[in-house]
Amino acid sequence: MDAINVENLTKSFGAVRAVEGVSFRVAPGTTCGLLGGNGAGKTTTISMLLGILAPDAGAIRVLGHDMARDRFAALARMNYSSPYVALPMRLTVEENLRVYGHLYNVPQLERRIRELARDFDLEALLRRKAGALSAGQKTRVALAKALINRPALILLDEPTASLDPDTADYVRTGLERYRDETGAAILLASHNMAEVERLCAEVLMMKGGRIVDRGTPAGLIARYGRGDLEQVFLAIARGTESRAS
Amino acid sequence: MIAALRRIWGLMYRHFCLYRRSWPRLLELAYWPTLELLIWGFTAKFVVQGHADLPVRAAGALIGGVLLWEVALRAQMGVTISFLEEIWSRNLGHVFVSPLRPREMVFALLGVSVMRSLAGLAPAAVIAFLLYDFNVFTFGPALILFMLNLFLMGWWLALGVISLLFRYGASAEALAWTLAFGLTPVACVFYPASILPGWLRPVADALPAAHIFAGMRSALYRHVTDFSQLGIAFGLNGIWMAAAAMIFAAQFRAARRNGALVTIGE
Repeated sequence: MDAINVENLTKSFGAVRAVEGVSFRVAPGTTCGLLGGNGAGKTTTISMLLGILAPDAGAIRVLGHDMARDRFAALARMNYSSPYVALPMRLTVEENLRVYGHLYNVPQLERRIRELARDFDLEALLRRKAGALSAGQKTRVALAKALINRPALILLDEPTASLDPDTADYVRTGLERYRDETGAAILLASHNMAEVERLCAEVLMMKGGRIVDRGTPAGLIARYGRGDLEQVFLAIARGTESRAS
Repeated sequence: MIAALRRIWGLMYRHFCLYRRSWPRLLELAYWPTLELLIWGFTAKFVVQGHADLPVRAAGALIGGVLLWEVALRAQMGVTISFLEEIWSRNLGHVFVSPLRPREMVFALLGVSVMRSLAGLAPAAVIAFLLYDFNVFTFGPALILFMLNLFLMGWWLALGVISLLFRYGASAEALAWTLAFGLTPVACVFYPASILPGWLRPVADALPAAHIFAGMRSALYRHVTDFSQLGIAFGLNGIWMAAAAMIFAAQFRAARRNGALVTIGE
């Protein structure tokens, strides 16, 4: 069973076609990158996968659940993190994790909070207010929140945006470890091409609401005859792509 | 069922944490009810002292009106401001992508509104007793019926405001403070509906508040619980609540279609 199975997804806002005919699958235990310039349709696609935006047409199955009919069963088994969505800053880290532990009905919640605090080096921060943390610390807390329910699918929007290289590497390592240990699937929207090359088994290139190409990072680089994924991204975004084969 | 209760508690706990260590927030909860009570309490005292022909119970009706109307106002604000807290803290996205159902979110916000209202009104009730010798418990068991009705009225108004927030975004947030307060003239808190001009009376009659406060005056003046007025108030609350729930559900679905759930905090 696929972690994500999307078929012919379409969404318009008035006359603007934000996503058109998007289809893809993500297998358990893999990381799939969703790449594209601003306005390519990544956020719209992720919003539909999360159930907060209803598609005009198409079907989404997440962890076997039809998102049109049974989205809450899927939401209980997945999670999400984005630097553009905050956690309540006047609550402490521990309180934030407790809130989401309750919302996700996490068993043995206090033990889970201790585990996450250990895994993400948050033990010294548990009693501190989320608003008083540095950007890197907030990202670690957001990731701890995203893993609180031991999700089988994690949707990540720019998980390492605004982080220093050391913290970003720490986060990527944590995600890889979680994926490899649990068999969880990850859908990653990122503008950091090095991150995508490192984490993703498959990359979906979006432009103008459509998936214009897909493949492994190495496969895309070879196909476009470029030096790295960033050059492939630029070629597609600027419409100067010419495949080597 | 237990999972649903736990999710509801999760959101309530988030607001409980917010208030338990913030004395400015706690002070703000009690500030307006206490201020209103002081202004109207001293006014009532002055009027009764200056007019020997006025019964003391007229002052009681004024003070009781202030206290009970604050129940509806605080109930409405308790729900809408708690919802706005999620927008202000940019946390709504996390809440909407959690397994918390919309109806569970509403129940959680209602629970928060009860906590906020009781915390805000308790000091005012104590002050009413100490300064004006007005004991809110003289209403007896009917007090529970008055309060329940007023909470219900505040809640369906709040659902209406949240529906407008879904429709118009955070730009509609001023309604969180003003909507219920704006109904005060036709809520007939301090006077019977018969005082209103004829064309305005149907509006007052359609609101539960006019019937609740008629019941309150009956309890104060005649020491009788007017169950017919309370029954009408419950009936009207049921109708308004059903309508508000339908509008809320429709606006939530519309917000999922047009992307407002994604952008509501922006």
